[in-house]
Amino acid sequence: MSLRVTDLRVHYKTLKGDVRALDGVSFDVGDGEILGLAGESGCGKTTLGKSLIRMDGRMRHVGGKVELDGEELPIGDDRRMNPFRFHKVSLVPQYSMSAMNPTRKIGRMVGELLRSRGVALDQATLESRLDLVGLPREVLQRYPIELSGGMKQRMVMVISTLLDPSLLIADEITSALDVSTQKSVATALAGFRESGVVKSMVFITHDLSLTYQIADTIMVMYAGKLAEKAPAKTMVEAPRHPYTKLLIDSLPEVGVRHTERRLAGIAGSPPSLLDPPAGCRFRDRCPLAFDRCAQEPPPVEVEPGHVVACWKADA
Amino acid sequence: MLRLDNVTKVYKVGAFGGKTLTAVDRVSFDVRPGEVVSLIGESGSGKSTLGRMILGLVPASGGSITFEGTPVKPGKAYYRNVQGVFQDPFSTFNPVFKADRVFAMIREAYFPGVADADWTARLRTALQDVRLDPDQVLGKFPHQLSGGQLQRLLIARALLLDIRLLVADEITSMLDASTRIDVLNVLADLKERGLGVLYITHDLSLGHYLAERTVVLRHGEVVETGVTEAVFTRPLHPYTRQLLAAVPRMHAPWEDAEPVETCLYHKHGATGRLYAAAEDHLVACARLGDCPKES
Repeated sequence: MSLRVTDLRVHYKTLKGDVRALDGVSFDVGDGEILGLAGESGCGKTTLGKSLIRMDGRMRHVGGKVELDGEELPIGDDRRMNPFRFHKVSLVPQYSMSAMNPTRKIGRMVGELLRSRGVALDQATLESRLDLVGLPREVLQRYPIELSGGMKQRMVMVISTLLDPSLLIADEITSALDVSTQKSVATALAGFRESGVVKSMVFITHDLSLTYQIADTIMVMYAGKLAEKAPAKTMVEAPRHPYTKLLIDSLPEVGVRHTERRLAGIAGSPPSLLDPPAGCRFRDRCPLAFDRCAQEPPPVEVEPGHVVACWKADA
Repeated sequence: MLRLDNVTKVYKVGAFGGKTLTAVDRVSFDVRPGEVVSLIGESGSGKSTLGRMILGLVPASGGSITFEGTPVKPGKAYYRNVQGVFQDPFSTFNPVFKADRVFAMIREAYFPGVADADWTARLRTALQDVRLDPDQVLGKFPHQLSGGQLQRLLIARALLLDIRLLVADEITSMLDASTRIDVLNVLADLKERGLGVLYITHDLSLGHYLAERTVVLRHGEVVETGVTEAVFTRPLHPYTRQLLAAVPRMHAPWEDAEPVETCLYHKHGATGRLYAAAEDHLVACARLGDCPKES
């Protein structure tokens, strides 16, 4: 097992109190697995991604632990986390346009970056990585501004994975891209796993249909908790959690017209995480809610690899 | 109702405006009452520039935009008929004021003579038309409302003016999946009342869900336009096919678009001249002269 997260709790400190952005989440990511993390804004998916590599100043590690390849990650300790970053855990940020130094040619910037980390890397490896994502070698002689959005995103992916990290976190990397570039970037990302450059990957996006294209397993989060986790195909074809069902039903696909099949959104909005209600957090919006939902449903494995946190998962 | 005829927009770029950039190149289409036309294109295709020209926010460099036969002239009279809603609902509202201030501003500018009771009734009707509960949204600050609610408030604001055309520029792209569809359904309902909607989007599935007709833009030129069904089920231009193949779908893994060689028309890009492949289905063709479909 490459990554094991157990009962992870991360809160944001605010003047009004703690925002429980991540409130007890447990999951595993196997070797060679791409985990797609999906959910709506404010569900805690970005918080989870950040917790695995670098917490910002407002975040507090409140409980739970993260193990990578059998070794515990000191996620709450910024300094002790340093040796792991880039070497073991790496991140592809959303805004690649601002991730590179605009005053340096890309090749020089990569060289400086590697020297500052005390790593030697031969040119051949770098070039083979560029081939892997389909970038011409000339990009090393160019400034970031000369590259298109998709090329920049792919360049950043190459830099992030230069040291063959065990875990790669990709947070909304295609959200700012056009559909056709989105496809090439997502395919290139999956290529890193195929070629064994990275062992496992957490792919964060709000777009379920995109996750379905490249992830092996999809995990849907709701209000800081895991709602459902299943193999990608199962998640799309036979979801068990009412939230996942409603979410999938609300997605328009090419081929669906409002005159033929009118889709519906999910009424209401997620609860405030400042003082989340007891019990199931989806209760107020859930069409299946009943008395028992006042108690919190534990995540249960309904079939191998399919975890659902709902009292009516069997229904 | 709204007609664009060879509309062109050229921006001056470069250090001293020495270079030019054609953002929109000879675009023609029209929007009829009770119809949603979706304008689909990737970034830099000129779709937002078109929207802004229709709203009179930027002047066109060439061609003509007419509404009900008269050229677009920004001003109160025009904005009574045509309104726009934009992408980011969170920055549209002033966070210092309550969200319903946008309605008070409309009242001051356009309906100073309307009595309080009458105004409240109108406001409630407009809010119900966009499926908002007036008691839930009035008197709230923007941060207390969701993105979908804010976006619907802006549509309600446009409806108060009894508009006939709504320009919706990427209005759902900042919204979550669960609220996005509600906003789209509101647009679908408005069209039943005879409102024309120009729905600008980069998301093909949303365009398909809503629109009667589709215009596909690339580098400022129309590459394909026609009845939505025809454009989506029988796409003729290689660019349209490529776009459709790149859309991530549920239940079906990505596949590659058919190679461009199989295109019946040409290998290269559009030229701004459109060829009628069928009734109300136009495709840009680079080789109009020796096009095999020509004869």
